[in-house]
Amino acid sequence: MFSAADMFQKFQEQRGNAIVIPTGTCGRHWRDYSQNENRDVNLGGAMGHTTSASLGLALGLPNEKICLFDSEGSLLMNMGIIATIAGKKPKNFVHFLMDNECYATTGGQPVPNASEINYAGMAKEAGYASTYHFDNLEEFADNIESIMKATGPVFVSMKMVPEVENEPIGMRKRIPQRSRPETIAALQKELNITAP
Amino acid sequence: MSQQQAAILQPETLIEEFKQNGVTHVVTIPDSETNYLYELMKEQPWLEIVPASREGETFAISLGLLVGGKTPVCLIQNTGMLESGDSIRGMALDSGFPLVMVVGYRGWNRHGVITDSVARYTEPFLNAMRINYYLVESNEDGPRISEAFKEAKATKRPVAILVGDEYHGFNRV
Repeated sequence: MFSAADMFQKFQEQRGNAIVIPTGTCGRHWRDYSQNENRDVNLGGAMGHTTSASLGLALGLPNEKICLFDSEGSLLMNMGIIATIAGKKPKNFVHFLMDNECYATTGGQPVPNASEINYAGMAKEAGYASTYHFDNLEEFADNIESIMKATGPVFVSMKMVPEVENEPIGMRKRIPQRSRPETIAALQKELNITAP
Repeated sequence: MSQQQAAILQPETLIEEFKQNGVTHVVTIPDSETNYLYELMKEQPWLEIVPASREGETFAISLGLLVGGKTPVCLIQNTGMLESGDSIRGMALDSGFPLVMVVGYRGWNRHGVITDSVARYTEPFLNAMRINYYLVESNEDGPRISEAFKEAKATKRPVAILVGDEYHGFNRV
């Protein structure tokens, strides 16, 4: 396992102009490394459907690289999406999976079959163009440049150190974040897209 | 259009309405009543079909397309709409984008007793979500589809088309 913060630091070095969708407890570290906030977008959440929304973004912006940082709890709620993504074959889509084997936000309870499930294997058999699995930072760092140059859809499974939260929701420290409408408006302005 | 043609719903009616309203993508799970429409959609060079694995995906994929400046439509059946509740909430109602959802009204029957429970729950579900809807049963109802697009754009909310008849494809070569 390796830390999400270290992973994002290495990813930023190869990010280029990619649009980034960070999710989950691990995803919050991205804001510490991103150097292009206008291309970081919050698509909201609904029982695993950020993945679906990210596919829609990749289909809507075929000339932009789209990088989703998904979590395994989310993917498990919406597993059919890997077939949907593989079926549409978005060449510009990189699907990173931050797998900490638990629901960190709710106290660290394990996800179903947490340590044995093979997400990269599932993505490969579903039909992704290429898949990777990393459980240490060194291998991830050695491969991220070629991952970002590969033709999508690419699936990258990563074993992440859990950052479990046990405090009651109301007592947790809240870090100010840009809202979904704010991030979407900034991205559309950056890309000269007129809102419908 | 003959009186007989006006009384049925042809898939061409929907395709024409989609084209008039600038639709670029149809995000869909086909149901037993939409195959003629699906076949016709595949023939349209201006339209991209996005097949989904489950109906809840269609609203989220549509949100991504909308953010990218496209004009998607969700094409699903009422059974799948019920499954999509939280996706409709999080990805359509809360996002502030206009979206037309075309929903096959399985079980709907204007003249007889409705025996399929999904038909009994369809309109109460839409009312609970505060989503306005238009019933389309024949070619004569076609202009209601454009009304739905206008309303969605004006309100930046989802608007539903309930398709109350199967699409008749027997008129096609």
